[in-house]
Amino acid sequence: MHELGITEQLLDLTLEHAARAQATRVTRLNLVIGELSSVVDESIQFYWEIMAKDSIAAQAELHFERVPGRLCCLACQAEFGFSAFEGQCPQCGGAQVKVVDGDQFRLDSIEIENEVDQ
Amino acid sequence: MTETKRVQVEEHILSINDELAAGLRSRLDAAGVFAINLMASPGGGKTSLILRTVEALKDDLRLAAVDGDVVPVDVEKIATQGIQVELINTGGSCHLEAHMLSPALDRIDLDAVDLLIVENVGNLICPASFQLGTHANVVIASIPEGDDKPYKYPTMFRGADVLLLNKIDYLAVQEFDIDYFRRGVEALNEGLTFFPVSCRTGEGLEAWYDWLREQVRKTTAGSAEARELVQGS
Repeated sequence: MHELGITEQLLDLTLEHAARAQATRVTRLNLVIGELSSVVDESIQFYWEIMAKDSIAAQAELHFERVPGRLCCLACQAEFGFSAFEGQCPQCGGAQVKVVDGDQFRLDSIEIENEVDQ
Repeated sequence: MTETKRVQVEEHILSINDELAAGLRSRLDAAGVFAINLMASPGGGKTSLILRTVEALKDDLRLAAVDGDVVPVDVEKIATQGIQVELINTGGSCHLEAHMLSPALDRIDLDAVDLLIVENVGNLICPASFQLGTHANVVIASIPEGDDKPYKYPTMFRGADVLLLNKIDYLAVQEFDIDYFRRGVEALNEGLTFFPVSCRTGEGLEAWYDWLREQVRKTTAGSAEARELVQGS
């Protein structure tokens, strides 16, 4: 369900930027979504088709670039994937880690068409 | 002629929500209200904690609550404590968003409130992504849910300012490795405020009430100072 609210905001954001660029049609959205930001691509796509139906972005293709979650140990600086995280650094057992990648939740760019004079 | 081009956006997808939340924060600050966003799984103890908290603090502080739900069951329970409580009917949505909180704030006389408790929808995933403009994210976990929750829902625990581990009276009957649980939380969120409590027996709750009193005191002092600055200029 939470993808519904997200899709709503994504559509608003897209249409705002499309209007600013005087677009007549939005053909593609380039999204960057990190592993740690728990959204389901298929579900956004599904809601998009319903919600964007009567807009200039109805036919837009949603492209998801997925970024894997990466953590870094604050003690030994080792980097490791989020799936290897068991509450401590797998290298040195350090108890403190920080997220270095994978928490993106961003609309990177949109691809649009507009009418121009010859 | 049709031209195709790429327009850079580079914005957080929820930036519209975040802007609205910032506006709500300003409203709360201007009125000198300290507001918390209370999040937990269904059955984690949100309503029980609110009932306990209101009972303990209502004589000292001016309280109000907002409850995101589909039925007014919890609202009616909280209202029996004699404070103003507003229902945000989420229509089945799994979390609150800033635009839902805004009309509820319109119905509350914020100048007459010290502490506002916003009870989010029972869910450990979605509410973490949507800022509401409140001052602190308060997350409740509970013993029956198991000690692995920080590993399964890192976003929720990472964004918490305060964590209450509720139903500690269950430790007598259930295996739960508190060290493992806390390691999972502290690894990504060092030094967060942590209160082990039982809303059933009342154990540990005094520390939580003290924390709330302290935040309200700071907020009230801060807004008095701000008013003096405005008047003095």
